[in-house]
Parts: sequence; structure tokens; C-alpha cells
Amino acid sequence: MDISTTTDVPPPASHSKAAEQKRAARGATRPGDRIFLGLSRGSGILLLAIMAAIAVFLTYRAALAISKDHANFLTTFEWNTNVLEPKFGIAVLVFGTIVSSVIAMAIAVPIAVAIALFITHYAPRRMSGPVAYVIDLLAAVPSIVYGLWGALVLVPHMNGLFGWLNDFFGWTGLFSWDEGAPRSMLTVGILLAIMILPIITNVSREVFRQVPRMHEEAALALGATRWEVVRMSVLPFGRSGVISASMLGLGRALGETMAVATVLSPSFDIQASLLNPGGGTFAQNIASKFSEANEFGRDALIASGLVLFVITLLVNGAARLIIARRAEYSGANA
Amino acid sequence: MSNALVTDKRPSTLRAASLPKWTPWAIAAGSLALGIGISAAAGLGSSIQWGLIAAVLFVLGTYGIAARVEGRRQARDRVATSLVWVAFLIAVIPLVSLIWVTVARGAKVLDVYFLTHSMGVVADTEPGGGIYHAIIGSLEQVGLATLIGAPIGVLTAIYLVEYGRGRLAKAVTFFVDVMTGIPSIVAGLFILSLMLIFKMQPFGFAGSLALAILMMPVVVRSTEEMLKLVPNELREASLALGVPKWRTILKVVLPTSIGGITTGVMLAVARIAGETAPVLLLVFGNPFINNNPFEGAQASLPLYIYQQFANSAGSGAAYDRAWAASLTLIAFVMILNLVARGIARWKAPKTGR
Repeated sequence: MDISTTTDVPPPASHSKAAEQKRAARGATRPGDRIFLGLSRGSGILLLAIMAAIAVFLTYRAALAISKDHANFLTTFEWNTNVLEPKFGIAVLVFGTIVSSVIAMAIAVPIAVAIALFITHYAPRRMSGPVAYVIDLLAAVPSIVYGLWGALVLVPHMNGLFGWLNDFFGWTGLFSWDEGAPRSMLTVGILLAIMILPIITNVSREVFRQVPRMHEEAALALGATRWEVVRMSVLPFGRSGVISASMLGLGRALGETMAVATVLSPSFDIQASLLNPGGGTFAQNIASKFSEANEFGRDALIASGLVLFVITLLVNGAARLIIARRAEYSGANA
Repeated sequence: MSNALVTDKRPSTLRAASLPKWTPWAIAAGSLALGIGISAAAGLGSSIQWGLIAAVLFVLGTYGIAARVEGRRQARDRVATSLVWVAFLIAVIPLVSLIWVTVARGAKVLDVYFLTHSMGVVADTEPGGGIYHAIIGSLEQVGLATLIGAPIGVLTAIYLVEYGRGRLAKAVTFFVDVMTGIPSIVAGLFILSLMLIFKMQPFGFAGSLALAILMMPVVVRSTEEMLKLVPNELREASLALGVPKWRTILKVVLPTSIGGITTGVMLAVARIAGETAPVLLLVFGNPFINNNPFEGAQASLPLYIYQQFANSAGSGAAYDRAWAASLTLIAFVMILNLVARGIARWKAPKTGR
């Protein structure tokens, strides 16, 4: 990470010969060049520094809070910070965040893949452009508006669905319903599904577009139907792309705040049924507990935010690694 | 519904029987009618349920009919096609509903008075008041965030495309990608931790910093894509004339891609303009007009929506105001989107794609 790469710094040995020559040719540095390179490289380094600072400062404040926690931070079903012996833990939040995101993924991924296929392979040519545009608009709607819409439109519409689920699947325990307001994890999951649909669709669409035409035409020439073309050439080619798109969507769902805060009626326990209100997510808990939190309470919320940060970091990092791996061995679309 | 296509004259062995072109429409109409009939008979209230029943009938009907006439493989193909169409229609429902509700509810209160007055001495339960203070706050916070985030983002993208080689560039690329996924509330908490350390009270610029963090990776990504579209011949031509690299970038590369970069920045602005979570933590909200983003709590549009909604219990004046503010915000974001895409189309670099 040498800041002053000018003429006198030899290029790393790993570089190819051509790159070396290029470098040598560019060698003669003018002050303008040096300043500009410094500025642009500085910005890149600044980005890295911000990421590092986020990790460091969150960890620092979180450590302050956790050291005074009178209960186990990982397993406590309680969030009580404004008392002499504060007790708080993230067990409920981990559960709620994962459950709501998994529901969202289960609903959104198949639909998003279908829409991506619709845009790239099924829609009439004149329609695919506008459809892609509509999906983009769906992505542009602010999350707070989704929240308002969810509370006004989605929640009442859930009554019918919940009653039906309770009638037919209530015996599983997962779908039993006590006729409360349907502000539960399932509703949150559905709303999150609507919100992450566009990003999954957009990324999958790009991947499906890159499928080599030759593969498709070969399948068609063998007499495959359109579905067989999709199944034999498009989906295998796009599989890793779809996986990483889904993980990007998962990252969004994990961190969504306002939509969850407006739709869920939270409580600090874990409901066995997805239909009964209760539970909470990291982001929702931070937003709703923040206004009544004192300085210590805020540190405690920062501690929970740190956990969320780490989780999303892992999910997004994994998604990127999958994309990068795919880029390496898919020489077909060069 | 067999359409006399399976004739007793020996058909060519090369062409299997196939359904006429209008079959999907006929099945769609049939299943829609049947779906409505069944739902009405069962007394289901929600029109969405009717639609779902009709959709299920459509898929099943398509499979049944196609399997009888055309065979299994064709039937599967048709089912896939109809499922894809159904998925698309399902996705359109929430968007249409959302826009419809927002416009219908928002138009009730939205007028010039609403846009030009603050919530100064208006209680939440009273009608009247407006969003002037929130618009001011939003514009200042988003403007400052753009002033910080856009240059850093564009410069980073220039570094990655024009200079970037080696480990540093790889690390930056990877972390830009990861940064795209940072939840907005975590960016807010990061600035909050700084404010706790330096014992600061909420103020507008703190929100701008968090928004800038959210904006940078988006700008980097889109700018990078645009810079990659600039043909190398242009760079080489300029460099061959002895123009220094930095002037080549400023005078040749950037002007060629400026349309795309502007689009990317505007899309990023549209994204951060709707962020509520960091603003909630850092700017706090304020019913009065505060023109100074560097001191004292400010309001902001998304935050205003959330607070009015939270104080309204689902009806009354505050609730109407929340929707009117939503309509304003959505209109702002959508216009930004439309203009951005317009610029992209208008200024697109002419590559031979």
C-alpha cells in the first residue's frame, strides 16, 4: 500500500511484462499527474478507512455496553437498559431478523427469478423494456413509504390469509393464529419480500442476459421447448449469479428498519407461530428503542448494531466471493 | 376444447399437434370467470384472493389441456410460461396499489399551504401545518451528503478504472461491494458512536455524514461501469498526442462519460433522500424551521413521515399529513429517477454495442 508510486518504486514482480512496459512508459510524472493520482487513490483509501472506522468505533462503544451487561448478551430475552442493573440480550433479535429474512427470501427469490426470466426470455420485446423500468421504480420507493403502505393495505389483507392458514395448517403450530392483529413475522416477511424483489430481479436479469446465445440456440436446434432451453442453458449458467443476487437481497432484508418498525408489533419474546404478533429485528429494535434510550442505552443499541453489521458483512462478502469466482471461469461471454 | 387439430388424416410425423394461438387467452378468461364464481360462492371478500384462485386455476388448466393435446413436454413449457406471467402480475400488484394509495391519500392535504408552512405551533392532532421545514432539512442534508459523497465516489471509481492495479485496488473493489450492503441504520450508529464520544447533540450535518457513507459505494459502482464504457481508443489517442494522463482523464474520459456519471449520482441521491433510519438517530426531528444544518435538530421528509405516522394511531390529521409528505417524497424520488434515466439515454456514449 505504497502511497507514492512514482518512477522510483519498482512494480511488483507479479505483473505481466506488458503492464510493466506500460508503467515505464507512463513513468515520467508531472506534478498534475501526481496530485491527481494522490487524490483518487486517497479516496479509495478513505473508503477503506471508513469501513475500518465503522468496525472500530462500533466495537469500542459496544464493548463499553456489554461490559456492564448484567445478563448474557447472546442469550437473554430482555432489553432493559434504563435501570441500575441493565439486562439486555440479542437472542430475540437474532431469531426475528433471521426468520423474517428467510420468509422474505422464500417468497422473493422464486418470483424475482421468474420476473427476470420474463424480462429476458418471455416478454414480448416491446414489453421487456417498460417492465424492467417498472421494477426499477419499485426499487426507488423509499422504505418508509413501504412501511406506511404495509400498515394500511397489507396488514388488513393478511386477515384472510392468516385465517386460512390457521384453518388448514394451524395444527403444525407454525401457523396457528390467536386472531390478533396480523402484525407478525409473516407479514413482515411478505413486506420485505416485496422490497427486496427489485434488487434480486435486477441482478438476475443481468446474469440471464449474459447467457451465451450459442448455448440457447444449440438447445433450440435440438428441439428443446422454451422451458427446456431455460432449464438446460439459462439457469445452470445463471445459478451462481442468482445465488449472489439472493444474498444481496438477504443483506437488504436483514438491515431493513422503517418498514419493519411500522408493520411489526414487537415484543421481547419468541413466538412459536409465525402468525402471532411479537418478536423483533435488530434494526427495528434500534429504531423503536432509540428515543427512550439514555447514553448507556444507546451504547447497548450500538452493540446490537455491531452484530447486525457483522452479519450483513458476512452475507455480502459471501455474495461477492461467489460472483468473483464465477467471473473467473465463465470465459464464454468474453 | 380440442380444436379439431388432431385429425384422423395421418398427420406429419415431424409436427406434433399444437393448440391454437388464442388458447392461453381462452384459458385465462375461463379460469378468471371460474375463480370469481368459486370465490363468490365461498363468500371470500378480498379481490386478491379471487385473483390467486383464478391464477391457480389458470396454471392447472393450461397444464391439463396442453398435456392432453400437445404432450408432456409442451405442457410443461406452457406451465412455465404461465407461471412466469403470473409472477410478473403478482409483482405489479403491490406497485400499483402503493402508488394508487399514496396518490389518493396524499392528494387530500397536499397543496401550496402544506408545502410552504412548518409544523411550528401545530399539535399533531390538529389539521393544518406543513412540511416546509422538512423539505429544507432534507434538501440541506442530502445536498451536503452529495457534496461529500459524490466527489469521493467518482474519484475512487477513477482510481479503480484508470490507475487501479494490485492489492489496494482489489481491496477497494471488494470493500466497495461490501459497503453497498451496509444497512442504513448501521451507518447511523457509526456516526452516533462518534457523537457520543465527542458529546454532541443531534444536528443536520451528522445525518449528512451517514448519508454520504451510504451514497459513496453506489456512486463508485455506477461511475466505474460508465468509465469502463469509454473506448480505450479515445484514451490512447489523447495520450499519443502527449497529453498528460490526468488531463486525459479530465478532458477526454470524464466528458465522454459525464452523462452516465450524472445518472449514477442522481440515482444515489434518490436512494439516500428516502433514508429514514440514520436521520432518526442523528438529526432527531424538529417541528420548527431550522436553516442551519450545523447546529440544532432539523427535520427531514422521511423522518417527518415516520413521526407523523407514529403519532397518529392510523387516522386523523397527522396520518393525512404523513401520506401527503409520502406523496411529496415519492414524487421527488421518481422525478429524480426519470430525469436521471433521461440524461443517461440522451448522453449515452456511443459505443458499438
